[in-house]
Amino acid sequence: MKPISRRKALQIFGSVPVAAAAIVWTSAETQAAQAQAQAARRQAAERGSPFKPKFFTRHEYATVLVLADLIIPRDERSGSASDAGVPEFMDFMMIDQPVRQTAMRGGLAFIDHLCDARFDKPFIECTDAERRQVLDDLAYPGKVDPAFAHGAAFFGSFRDLTASGFWTSKMGIEDLQYLGNKPVAEWKGCPSEALEHLGVKYEGE
Amino acid sequence: MQIIREPKLYDVCIVGSGAGGGMAAKVLAEAGAEVALLEAGTMWDTEKDSKMFAWPYDSPRRGAATQEKPFGEFDGCIGGWDIDGEPYTNAPGTTFDWFRARMLGGRTNHWGRISLRFGPDDFKRRSIDGLGDDWPITYDDLKPYYDKLDQLVGIFGSIENLPNEPDGIFLPPPKPRCYELLVKHACDRLAITCIPSRLSILTRPLNGRHACHYCGECGRGCKVHANFSSPSVLLPPALRTGRLRIVTNAMAREVTTNENGLATGISYVNTQDKREYHVRARIVVLAASACESARLLLNSKSSRFPNGLANASGTVGRYLTDSTGLTVRGYIPKMANGVPHNEDGVGGMHLYVPWWLDNKKLDFPRGYHIELGGGRRGIPSFPFMSNIERYNGVGGYGKTLKSDYRKFWGSVLSFSGRGEMVANDDCYCEIDPRVVDKYGIPVLRFHWKWSEYEIKQAKHMQDTFRGIIHELGGTPLEAMPSQDQFYGLLNGGRIIHEVGTTRMGDDPKTSVVNKNCQAHEVKNLFIADGGPFVSNADKNVTWTILALAMRTSEYIAQERNRLSI
Repeated sequence: MKPISRRKALQIFGSVPVAAAAIVWTSAETQAAQAQAQAARRQAAERGSPFKPKFFTRHEYATVLVLADLIIPRDERSGSASDAGVPEFMDFMMIDQPVRQTAMRGGLAFIDHLCDARFDKPFIECTDAERRQVLDDLAYPGKVDPAFAHGAAFFGSFRDLTASGFWTSKMGIEDLQYLGNKPVAEWKGCPSEALEHLGVKYEGE
Repeated sequence: MQIIREPKLYDVCIVGSGAGGGMAAKVLAEAGAEVALLEAGTMWDTEKDSKMFAWPYDSPRRGAATQEKPFGEFDGCIGGWDIDGEPYTNAPGTTFDWFRARMLGGRTNHWGRISLRFGPDDFKRRSIDGLGDDWPITYDDLKPYYDKLDQLVGIFGSIENLPNEPDGIFLPPPKPRCYELLVKHACDRLAITCIPSRLSILTRPLNGRHACHYCGECGRGCKVHANFSSPSVLLPPALRTGRLRIVTNAMAREVTTNENGLATGISYVNTQDKREYHVRARIVVLAASACESARLLLNSKSSRFPNGLANASGTVGRYLTDSTGLTVRGYIPKMANGVPHNEDGVGGMHLYVPWWLDNKKLDFPRGYHIELGGGRRGIPSFPFMSNIERYNGVGGYGKTLKSDYRKFWGSVLSFSGRGEMVANDDCYCEIDPRVVDKYGIPVLRFHWKWSEYEIKQAKHMQDTFRGIIHELGGTPLEAMPSQDQFYGLLNGGRIIHEVGTTRMGDDPKTSVVNKNCQAHEVKNLFIADGGPFVSNADKNVTWTILALAMRTSEYIAQERNRLSI
């Protein structure tokens, strides 16, 4: 396997998010979350010690980062999977639940194998269009060619793990507008807009 | 190694600090008894140890399960179906999953606080359908204890006057969540009864305890004691008498007996120093959980009791039942793109469906109730919306996928059936002839087989839940399981309602304890957990364990005063 070029590595481990300038933020919360993520990266860069995965190899981790952000990218409402710390979370879970390790390692290798066969280079060295071409073959379970069944099974569980990591982050929970997990003095039921949305109402109201 | 014998003679030694043991400790200590309470697990204090209000991102694990926290790392219950060094076995071809808690308060740290009284019919099922056995007591015998329990512990609910779902002394129920109203309307159209749930969570302050603050995470342990657990409600008053001594990390090995065939105390292994200790007591109360108490009796063999203690009938470990259980989830399009609001409420459903049909008109003999879940209730947690293609129909990635998660989150309803199984000869536990746990104590071996009754009931659950989902315009998330898969019926033990292993009866040849939960053969030995149940109604068992334990303990106090034991 070819070593990653310094330029690519910088892009992947991203001390400066390439597209940051183009992002439009809609709420103070997401701005704060983004600032937090950037601050963490800046600190890591200043210390000269970016996150060191305990399970993933450097190459695997770079692949995880790209793959997770393709699954959950930044949009107008919140940041990307890597902004929310998903790759770090995945590395932790591989150690915490070792039963996941073989499928993860093998799945990442499977994706690289696919890219080697098609483009003569590993996934992280593929262009965005090439990466999407591979994902298009794997990400839609109802339409997967049996030849890609193993890759699709891996992608499905990787997508699940990405989603779990993203939507349980502070950024993800705020994006979902989950408003609970706090003390409420008096339970008054659901607000009228929520009732109207479902076409129901409380008796006598 | 020498056994360390405590010189003190206690009036009562109780094994287990959960619902039954906690209640026995309270009633007996308040009645003046000197009580030793043994708990196999560790000390645990909700005020200090609960993860109330934690966010998934407070931990790198994001709330995922661990071996000792199968319901997620923030859950309040230490234990699970698989405990290091404490195995159990299954007879070839059978599967039973045995859940145990290892902490102060036992499994009262793990439950839905669903607190349903057994109804009049539930005590005399054999008289109604010819299956199983009647209890030697009736609803009227237990009613005064249910009433006292409601007032002591606190429970919300509504007066419904349903024939076999007795009303209690209720605090006001919380208003339904909006999706629960949606379900109720569908149930009304389908002639299915849907009423406020009955949970032991305080909607008003009671007996010095705070009312609920509606964070919805009762399972983590409530720092303000607004829900029921043994350490929140039962052990504090017992400790205030100055007559209760709690011994944690005490794994009971055996009930010891004397030449007269009376119990003399409990020998236990200290799980920390691994040494063996002995506590002496005039009366022994087992409340270690149905299967653990049966194990203790079966392991308490002597020349006088060669089959194990209180087991001349051979029924210890027999008549084991659990609730039947399965869940169907459905995507409800109407709930997609929901309006953001705090829907947590209490740590459980606000509405439920009690058994509403007549079994005489059905092809299975016993009923089930339905527990509702879903909506925007609960903190987004690991795992989150697995297999997204079940929601959006395609899967995918990128910005479209990201919006799909937002759109579909909160749009799922779950229907969990919890039904009554009929005790059968193929479901029991015994001592495995070869295997011991890490303390050297022989372990249980389980035998399990669902009968046609449970399998047909499971089919009825599936059809009903799918019917409600369709009535709501929704789609079930999973395909209907086949008959070979028992229609999705979970393994025995998965619902954690096991009872019956030391059942009560008037005839010593067919039962272990009498109607006061006193062993037929050993008059100073009592059982205060789910073991004495003769049948397992479609009602979660804790409320009846508590009421029975209160009745048993009052009987002990009264007989002790009369010096008959």
